[in-house]
This record gives sequence, structure tokens and C-alpha cells, in this order.
Amino acid sequence: MLYFGRWKLLAIFVVILAGVLYSLPNFVPEDVRYEIDEAAGTSEPRGIWRFIPSSTVNLGLDLQGGSHIAFQVDMDEVRTAQLEGLAADARQTLRNEQLLPRSVAVIGEEVVVLLIREEQRDQAFESLRQLNGPVTTVSGQPGLAQMYDMRRDPDDPGAIRIGVTDEQFEAIKERTLRQSITVIRRRIDGLGTTDPTIARSGDDRILVQVPGAEDPQQIIDLVGTQAALSFHLVDNTVDPGPNGQARVPPGRTIYPVANTQPVQYLAVETRQLLTGENLTSANVTTHPSYTGPVVGFRLDTQGALVFGDITTNNRGRQFAIVLDDEIITAPRINEPILGGSGVIGGGYTYDTASQLVILLNAGALPATLTPVEQYTISASLGRDQIESGKLAIMIGFAAVIVFMVVAYGVFGVFSVTALLVNVVLILGGLSGLGMTLTLPGIAGIILTIGMAVDANVLIFERIREEVQHGRTPANALQAGYERALAAILDANITTFIAAAVLFMLGAGPVRGFAVTLGIGIVTSVFTAFVFSRLLAVLWLRGFKPKQLPI
Amino acid sequence: MTFALIKYLPTTANVPFIRGRMIALGFSALLIAFSLFEFASVGINFGIDFRGGIQTEVETGAETTTEDLRTVAAALNLGEPRIQEAGNQLQESRTFFVSLPLQPGEGNEAELANQAAREALEAALTENFADLTVRGTTVIGGAVSQELVVTGFTAIGVALFLMLIYIWFRFEWQYSLGAIVALIHDVILTVGMFSVTQMTFDLATVAAILTIVGYSMNDTVVVYDRIRENLRKYKKMPLSEVLNLSINDTLSRTILTSLTTLAALISLYMIGGASLEGFAFAMIWGVLIGTYSSIFVAAPILLFTEVQREGTQPS
Repeated sequence: MLYFGRWKLLAIFVVILAGVLYSLPNFVPEDVRYEIDEAAGTSEPRGIWRFIPSSTVNLGLDLQGGSHIAFQVDMDEVRTAQLEGLAADARQTLRNEQLLPRSVAVIGEEVVVLLIREEQRDQAFESLRQLNGPVTTVSGQPGLAQMYDMRRDPDDPGAIRIGVTDEQFEAIKERTLRQSITVIRRRIDGLGTTDPTIARSGDDRILVQVPGAEDPQQIIDLVGTQAALSFHLVDNTVDPGPNGQARVPPGRTIYPVANTQPVQYLAVETRQLLTGENLTSANVTTHPSYTGPVVGFRLDTQGALVFGDITTNNRGRQFAIVLDDEIITAPRINEPILGGSGVIGGGYTYDTASQLVILLNAGALPATLTPVEQYTISASLGRDQIESGKLAIMIGFAAVIVFMVVAYGVFGVFSVTALLVNVVLILGGLSGLGMTLTLPGIAGIILTIGMAVDANVLIFERIREEVQHGRTPANALQAGYERALAAILDANITTFIAAAVLFMLGAGPVRGFAVTLGIGIVTSVFTAFVFSRLLAVLWLRGFKPKQLPI
Repeated sequence: MTFALIKYLPTTANVPFIRGRMIALGFSALLIAFSLFEFASVGINFGIDFRGGIQTEVETGAETTTEDLRTVAAALNLGEPRIQEAGNQLQESRTFFVSLPLQPGEGNEAELANQAAREALEAALTENFADLTVRGTTVIGGAVSQELVVTGFTAIGVALFLMLIYIWFRFEWQYSLGAIVALIHDVILTVGMFSVTQMTFDLATVAAILTIVGYSMNDTVVVYDRIRENLRKYKKMPLSEVLNLSINDTLSRTILTSLTTLAALISLYMIGGASLEGFAFAMIWGVLIGTYSSIFVAAPILLFTEVQREGTQPS
């Protein structure tokens, strides 16, 4: 216990040096560490910082300010859409084979095909099987399971039931989540904010964290909009009725027109001529026919051809652009538009036009997203929380220093030095591991400062007992460290269990508490048992005291 | 340095803790009964995380009162508002939490209604008070708040269970039993304290309870460790004397560690800001009862469970 080999000393030195290096950037202003080129928006480490760690602790949103919003992806809607798509495919397949069904309907979790002639069931079953195939997994590989579970209804000789397998639904869910995250990222990037975090959370949620955003509504509007865009021809022969509630012939749909007071309605052909996928880009621009800004768009080659055909063949008719079940514009076709570009106009402000441009450029979300949890912290509150956190750490630290030095004298100095190294290691650990420091995380550091001396106290009390049993200083020191070890480990492992459980189950900022508490436990065992022991041994060798001063 | 005051604290104190065990256990039983009664009759003031709903943190001038804020928030007709002032702010301005309940509706509708209510509340507050700034808002939907309740309580359960398993491996089951009684004692008294003071019980409180559990376990383990050692050392000494000796052996450590931890926590409570107040409060209380329970509950329980000495067979 009193002997430190050369390699052990080196190891201790390396750990502490790493802690110091990794925590150092937190105490040096950013413009000293980085060459910031504001014009180019880049920052390069300068001087010595090119060779040593230059990044600081990540601050959580509660310390730097910003918005955190969790969105729920409507998976029921995804399942329904999947079943409806399947029903449409089944209808088409049977029609191609001249097997006319009485009905193809989504009933519960299944598509039920009812045939007019029962004897055609086997033939129909065979042709419907073409629709089936192995699940396409997220990695693009064919999976082991089939997409659909098809069977002949044992009770009804004219019925075939098709369900979506769990594997297929899982693959769809996964794809929906990934696609949503990509779209959200493009939309948030359109805002021009720095370092947004967009990540899945659990089975069906997506977490959006935007540092610096003080208006959560802006993000909710941006992410909560599906932005499904489609082009339709307007059918003026159908009367939509005063409330848009009129019965319409098959193949027609009534949509409200945006920004009309009272709300007007138009009937359009349900068939989508073009969708948002045909759009290559959108931008805010102006147009002589409109006052105020308009949204210009360009179509891809195929879209431009279709658009050219429509506008050539339907001169004089109206076409409608529908965004999320609302007609955003319905201009009359005056002449063929062959270039594949057009404008959406009418009543936009610069902000609303920009918002639409971001949405169109980012593409549509594959499902509806609803905000289910949101917190926003203003930057000033974040700054205040850091300041009060820092102050609380310093005062807590000071109190512990006074306490330990008064109680244990020179040994107190060892433990306080160890405590200082401890805080440096926690900071270094947070920076080096890329962990996020939150306000509860600061609480964890303060708590660690209070509890970390425990290991030292246990050791010192042991040493005191050994001294009273008449041992020499060296012997007492040796025995004290040896005997305290078991209690120190037991005590810290139990607290570490609490921290680990909190980390695994805890949500949001509370997780930050678990992180600092957990790191703090590991570093405090190290500093108390290894570092303060080294100090005590060096002191013993240097001063060769006849008796220990405690 | 020669002024180490610890010298004046005897290494072998001789306080008859064990003799007073019946008084202590009676006192604890009384406190537990009172806590459970308070919990059942008054209940807990759950925070926004567990209740769900809308909450804003606002900073106002010194003359704004809880009633002013309540009038404005109630006028929105979005449910009964709750106004709570954050206490230990060392500033001239005042900080309040203004909250509204979950908005009615089904699924997504309710979630969107919550967001709309947040906007309405923010707008109403900033319009009606010139010197008011909204410093933060939180909206927790119904589904999320229920999940948080479940995870919060699961976390406490899982942590307790894992610690017991650990103690069981490191000691014998009798110790494990003593430890769990002490821990449940601590958790119930903390919940009782939150019922009495009506302080907000939120996720941070759950984190505090878990840490209290860890801290109290820490204290208990140190005493148990010494009991085990002394049982080996003094084979003839009666169990109650071994227990008493062990508590006394570790007493100065127990006191010192509690004091440094309390010093750090009081600093956090006084200066750490409004959002950490509840956490620091729970921790301070927890350190006090955790220390108490290790001495007066965890150790005496061993008398009843009859810990075995090594080398002797159970009778």
C-alpha cells in the first residue's frame, strides 16, 4: 500500500494529465482556442490547441437555452395507409385478371376480398400471391419473413383475408421513422440554426432539440406539418355545397381553399397528376400577377412533361395545388406551361412564403407528427442557471475545504487536493466522453463534492484507530488504507447502482445527473484511494514524522 | 499543520445507541405512520412531469403577486391555474411558475390543444404585465406524463432491488433485510415530507430519492462492514454490544461525511436556482434521515434477524 512502482506512478500521472488536458478548454475563452472566421462560418483551432483537446463540455438545453420537443409519429395512420394501399393493389390485380370482386375492404387489421363467384377463389388467391414477397428490411436486404399473411377464409368460401405481418409492419415503422428524421433534419436546417439534434426516441417518437430556439411554435409548425403536396384538376361541374359537405361522384374530392373567409370549397379530381416528389426546388420570388411574395417551384423532367401535357390539353380549366388537404392555389390555365416551373401565389407574407419553401424543399413527411412533450428555456435563463450552478459549486467546494482542513489538518489538505483533481477529472471525463452537462448534472457535481470526501474520511478514521492501537505512522497508514478499501468499494458500488439505473431509465436532463454522479463516483474512488494515498506517502517519506497529526 | 480538530473527537465513542433502540424504532414507526397518513389524506403535489399540462417560468417585478398572475391565467378559461413562487432567489425580481392543467380531448387533439394553451398563456402573461419575461415553458402531454410516472417509480424499484442483491452477495441475507427496512423507511419519510410541505414532487425528486437511497445504503454498508469485522474480532461479545461498538467506531466518519455532504447541498439549495430547489431540499432531508436510519434502524434490525457469526451454526 505504501509502495508505488514506476509504472503505477506513470499511470497515475497519465490519468491526471489527461483529465487536466480535457478539462482545460473549459477555462479558456473560445476566441483564444479557435480562429473564428465569421464570414466563412468556420472555426479552426489555433496554436497549441491544434495538438491538445480543444472542445468544451456540451451544455444541455437547460444551460444554453433552446427548445426540446418530442413528436409522436402516428403509427396507426401508417398502418391504415399500408392496408389501404394493399387493398388498392389487390383490386387492381384482380381487375387485371378479370376476376371481379364483390368488394375489397379494410376491416380491422386486415384486407378482406369478397369474390362474386366462389369457384374463382383459388385462382384469385394465386394471382394475389404475386403481391407478396419477402420483407424489405431497412438495410435494403430481403428479410426472412413474408410481407403479407394471406389465407382463404375457412368460414366463408368466397373470402380471402390478407394481413400485414409483424415483420413487415416493423420494417415500415423503421422506414417511416428514418424518413421522418431525414425530412425533419432538412426542414430544421432550412431555419439556419446551429447544431440541432434530431433523433429517434423509443419506438415511435422523434426528439428535436434546437439550441437557441426560443419560440417552440416555429419548430412545431415546421415539423408538425406533413407537407403532402399534390396537383389536381378542378371539376367545376360538381357543386361542393356551402360547407363542402355535398355528396360527390366517385373520383372527386372536395377540399377547402386556404385563406378564404368564409371558407370556400372546390371539388377536384381525386387523381393526383403530380406530387411533391416531382418537385426539384422551390424559392421565394415575385410575380407580376401577384402583389407580395410568391413561391416559385421547378419540376423534374418527368413532372415537366406531365405538367406540359395537362396545361396544353386543359386550357381554360382550373387546376389546384393541394397541401395537406387544403387547396393553396387554384389558378386558371391560360396557356401551356412547358418549362416545368410555376408559382404559387396569393396572400403570402415573406415569412409564410419562406416557411412553405422550406417545407417544399424538404419534402413530405411519411406520417403525421404531434408534439407530445416540449420544453423551452430562454438563453438568459440558461446563462443564469450556469452562473448559479458555478457559484453553488464554488461555495460548496469552499465549505468542504474549510471543513476538511479544520478537521484533519495536513491530511485534510491531501483530501482537498484529491477533491480538486476529482472535479478536474469529472470535467475532463464529460468533455472527453462527449457527455452533456445539464443543470441536474451540476447538482450531481456538487453532490459528488460533498460525498467524495467520504472515502478519505473512512481512510483517515481507520488511520486514527490504528494510531491509537500504537502503530507507527507508516504502519498505521498502511493498515488504514488496506482496511478501508472494502467499505469504500461497497459504499460506492451501491451509489453507482443508483446512478446506473437513473441513467438507463431516466429521461432528459435527469440523465445528466446520473452521468455526473456516475463519473464522480469512479473518479472519487480513484482520487481518494490512489491519489491522496500517493500524497500521504510522499509526505511520509519527505517529513518522516514521529507521529501522525490526526 | 497541527490544528487537526479531529483529535478532539474520540475514536471510540461510547454512546448507547442500541439500548435506545426501542425508542428509536418507536419514533420511526410513528413517523412512518404519520407520513403514510399525510400521503393518504393530503397527497403529493406532483410536478408538471407527472401531472402533465402546461407550465411557464416567469420573472416579474417585485410587486407582482400570486393573485395577479392567477387572475390573468384564470381568465383564459383553460382550467384551474396553479401559481407557485420559487423561494430562494437572491434577486430583486420574483420568479413564479404558472401552470395550467392538461387540456381535454382525444389523443393528438389534446396534444395540440396543450400547445395552443401554452401560446395563449404566454401571450396573456406578457400582455398583462409590462415587466414580465417568460423564461421557460414546458408542455407535457397526457401519455408522456403517465410514462414518466411509470419510469420514475420503476427506477426506484429497480434500484432498490439491485442494491439488495448486491448486499446479499456481499453480506448475508440478514443484512439485506436490515438494509431494505432502512431504505423503505427513508423513502416513506421522504414521501411524507413532500406531503407535509407540499413541495413539488417531480422527476428531479425521483432522482433525489434514488440518490438518498444510494447515500443511505452507503452509510448502512459502512456500519455493516464494521459489524461484520467486529463479529469476527470479538467472538464472545454479545451481539447487541458488537452492534453498539460498531456504530460508535464509525460514528465520527458518519458525522463528518454527513456534514460535508450537507454543506455542499445547502450551498446548492441556497444558490442553485429555482429548478434545483426541490431536488436540494429532498437531498438535505434524505441525508439527515439516511444517516439516522443507518444508525437507528439498519443496525438494530440485525438484533431481530439474528445475524450469524462465522463458524457458528444456526441454532
